Amino acid sequence: MYKIVGKRALAPQIFLMDIEAPRVAKSAKPGQFVIIKMDEKGERIPLTISNYDATRGTVTIVVQTIGCSTKEMENYNIGDSFSDFVGPLGQASELMSESIEDLKKKKIVFVAGGLGTAPVYPQVKWLSEQGVKVDVIIGAKAKDYVIMEEEMKEVAGNVYPCTDDGSYGYKGLVTNKLKELVENDGIKYDLVVAIGPMIMMKFVCKLTEELGISTIVSMNPIMVDGTGMCGACRLTVDGETKFACVDGPEFDGHKVNFDEAMRRQSMYKTQESSSGEGIKAGCGLGGTK
Amino acid sequence: MANMNRVAIGEQDPKIRATNFEEVCLGYTEDEAVEEATRCLNCKKPMCVSKCPVAIDIPGFILHVKNREFTQAVKVIDKYSSLPAVCGRVCPQETQCESKCILGIKGDAIAIGKLERFVGDYSREHNVDLSETKPKKGIKVAVIGSGPSGLTCAGDLAKAGYDVTIFEALHEAGGVLVYGIPEFRLPKDSVVKHEVENVKRLGVKLETNVIVGRTVTINQLMEEEDFKAVFIGSGAGLPMFMGIPGENLNGVFSANEYLTRSNLMKAFKEGYQTPIRTGEKVAVVGGGNVAMDSVRTAVRLGAEGHIVYRRSESELPARAEEVHHAKEEGVIMDLLVNPIEILGDEKGNVIGMKCIRMELGEPDASGRRRPIAIKGSEFVMDVNTVIMSLGTSPNPLIPLTTEGLEINKWKCIVAEEETGLTSKKNVYAGGDAVSGAATVILAMEAGKKAAKAIDKLLTK
Repeated sequence: MYKIVGKRALAPQIFLMDIEAPRVAKSAKPGQFVIIKMDEKGERIPLTISNYDATRGTVTIVVQTIGCSTKEMENYNIGDSFSDFVGPLGQASELMSESIEDLKKKKIVFVAGGLGTAPVYPQVKWLSEQGVKVDVIIGAKAKDYVIMEEEMKEVAGNVYPCTDDGSYGYKGLVTNKLKELVENDGIKYDLVVAIGPMIMMKFVCKLTEELGISTIVSMNPIMVDGTGMCGACRLTVDGETKFACVDGPEFDGHKVNFDEAMRRQSMYKTQESSSGEGIKAGCGLGGTK
Repeated sequence: MANMNRVAIGEQDPKIRATNFEEVCLGYTEDEAVEEATRCLNCKKPMCVSKCPVAIDIPGFILHVKNREFTQAVKVIDKYSSLPAVCGRVCPQETQCESKCILGIKGDAIAIGKLERFVGDYSREHNVDLSETKPKKGIKVAVIGSGPSGLTCAGDLAKAGYDVTIFEALHEAGGVLVYGIPEFRLPKDSVVKHEVENVKRLGVKLETNVIVGRTVTINQLMEEEDFKAVFIGSGAGLPMFMGIPGENLNGVFSANEYLTRSNLMKAFKEGYQTPIRTGEKVAVVGGGNVAMDSVRTAVRLGAEGHIVYRRSESELPARAEEVHHAKEEGVIMDLLVNPIEILGDEKGNVIGMKCIRMELGEPDASGRRRPIAIKGSEFVMDVNTVIMSLGTSPNPLIPLTTEGLEINKWKCIVAEEETGLTSKKNVYAGGDAVSGAATVILAMEAGKKAAKAIDKLLTK
């Protein structure tokens, strides 16, 4: 059993949890994720690691309630336990295998969409610890939904919050902000790392392709085991089938077939509301990874 | 003269069982088992034993069954195998022990598998105590993977007095026994769980949710956690796809995914949260046991199930019993057919599968007649779910994260046949991780051999 030792709300329907999982905490690296199964009848839900503390033996996850599993998860409190918590899964961020000298020469911007801010954080924090300050664009629909801005400011260079409705920071989409930074402010980014909903990542990639900036995305397809044994999470990258759980989750965004990925992500959509056609009930997507 | 026909065994009616996930074969009653055991000639040189990969004293345990000494029969098998209720159900006995039974020449071979299953079930139902071990040695051995090879290796080492920990990546122990083989062939809660519990009763510790290569590495286990030897029984769980157009459409699954959802996650049961696509018309591509398991699962979920196989019926790699059961349950066999493209609608859902008819040519290197496409014979199968059951290969994660662990061109771990020793000191491997996808009993044999070799290594 994996005990919840911390929990707080970050925004409406978005909450953070610290979970006791010493083995995972010791091995976790930025870019990786975990799979949680709440109880005996639960499904396996992939969630990105948003922080880890090897000394305390805890791993932090940030969850948005989008399906019945994540809604159920919201009812868990400090002192409760999840039956299963496995990880770290996937490859660590590629940035970690580059030389620090090379990283220091690069101008990097992270584009975080909604809940995607959580998995961006450990990468920005790690880079900051290496002496590399990166810019971060945080997108949200409204002021209340901007998460982890304070933590991010401590470890990032410039932080640009954006809201769809203009209730906080820049009014507009993250892509507009990025375009503005590059075209109006003349910032020459060498690399964009985009993490958020697939639709956001798709449009960031479209833009950066025009701008000629290499872009890394963190893909969030449906997963079951997360260890490479089923292929539920398969994607087409550069014309080849890849398993996001073992080959990724990060890929070269300009090579990902986003339309196919989004279509596959919606495979079980119907059973959120009803039993769907030809799909046996269950809970649904659940995961927010 | 012994009766030449084996005692018939109870089975669920095909029409009824095609709608439920309960076990198809009901097993022998005590009287039936005794009657079947009575047919055994108790050969002086029993050929059946020579064909059992773990060399169970078959006439020995059958004699006890004949004499109604069921507990003694349990103890005889336990010397060789910790998983009789599993192996009695899933071993391909017709090509192993039963293939050499002398009675098989003129009549039916002894139903060794069914008798082994009876003994395994008796042991569970009567709580026969099998927890005896040699004095504890206080030496730690790590076993990676809790499938048949890992469970066997761990059980044997615990019996020899070692302090054994099994590391399992999934949330439940059993490997293919829990995620792969369906409930209607191998009940999970009763049979598999119980046999895993038997191994734990020997003092074996089980850590689930540990992915060796990610959560912890083999070097860490040996250097930081003081494990003196490691056995890798991580299986061959990586699914293959055909590489044909349309394979990533919604409604195309690997057999591993389909079966994992149904078996491990219990998607077929009410109240469990993992969804599964039942499909109306399901095509399973492949002809092995996994293909039969997938199609029979689909039928139970309410679909019309098809087996699409590029060779003919006599080449089907699945057990004859499974093919027979599948047909009884209404599975349609589309033989000498090979898919060339999966067709989707504008939303990306499968709406059909373009196939080509095949004919058999000359035997190839494997001795099987090679299927050749018949020009111009393309046609479209009307299906909305496709399950690819083309085989699996070993997961590369452990070799990639373990320095000095050699693999061959099929990504299998290179290990000595008799001992399981790998290219890395004190690290052994066995089962599908070494052989590629094979059978439960061969994995157990490899686990046994490695346990023996590890014992020899650590007692010198």
